Amino acid sequence: MSQAKVGIVVFPGSNCDHDAYFVFKDILNVDTKFLWHKEGNIEDRNIIILPGGFSYGDYLRCGAIASFSNILKDITSFAKKGGIVIGICNGFQVLCETGLLPGVLLRNDNLKFVCKTVSLKVENNKSIFTYKYGVKEDINIPVAHGEGNYYCEENVLQELIAKNQILFSYNDNPNGSIHNIAGIQNESRNILGMMPHPERASDIKLGNTDGLRLLQGVVESII
Amino acid sequence: MYKVKVTVTLRKTILDPQGKTVEHSLHSLGYTGISGTRIGKYIEFFIEADSEEKVKLTADEACKKLLSNPVMEDYTFIIEKV
Repeated sequence: MSQAKVGIVVFPGSNCDHDAYFVFKDILNVDTKFLWHKEGNIEDRNIIILPGGFSYGDYLRCGAIASFSNILKDITSFAKKGGIVIGICNGFQVLCETGLLPGVLLRNDNLKFVCKTVSLKVENNKSIFTYKYGVKEDINIPVAHGEGNYYCEENVLQELIAKNQILFSYNDNPNGSIHNIAGIQNESRNILGMMPHPERASDIKLGNTDGLRLLQGVVESII
Repeated sequence: MYKVKVTVTLRKTILDPQGKTVEHSLHSLGYTGISGTRIGKYIEFFIEADSEEKVKLTADEACKKLLSNPVMEDYTFIIEKV
């Protein structure tokens, strides 16, 4: 059995925390627990999930208030030491606001909340997050966001491309994100931020398990 | 006591679809001379401090750290003695 110990951070307004918990605990049979945002540390957890939702009601900017929450201090030092952190949707926004990932998520260019399954291309399968996918494999993962329009400066974009940090891109861009970016990793390759929800595509009963390989791959990377 | 009025707007280089939509609406109302519509945020707060200089430093820091995100936004503020 994997030595993975998953911690799912819960902010006021998180709403995909239980979905993520279910996948790790009940589908992948991994030691999983919730971490309340007021906690000062992440305990013995070795995989941290920042789940989707609307932390602090998206007040001021999505992810902004959560990025100053108590537990983020410990997550930041954990991440800087190479710890695995995955931010999904609102979690991606939090990671960008914290500065653990470059760029920012802007309002969707069509001003609409988009909630549907989209086709993604796995741009780089040489990462702990994507090694279970094929090169340039197309997968279907649901998105549900109003602010998923990834943006960064041109020089940052060139760096993301050059360092193979873009892991997922949209085949049919639903939000206007630069370079069709759907998910990126940091330069040290231990932090993933993505707008699509792999935890919503992980149970065969829901008809799609394209997201499971990502989460399973991360769990199995912990020996 | 000082009052600080902060305005945060999307940076000039970033497309503002909301502003654009509002501008279209203004044009359809007949205000055809209007251009460059941008939508932003207005934030105000009070600070107790000895001098305007200190207020300026605190407000600037608050804008940089939390009230705006420099990747996508610009901010300006004005200070009033109250």
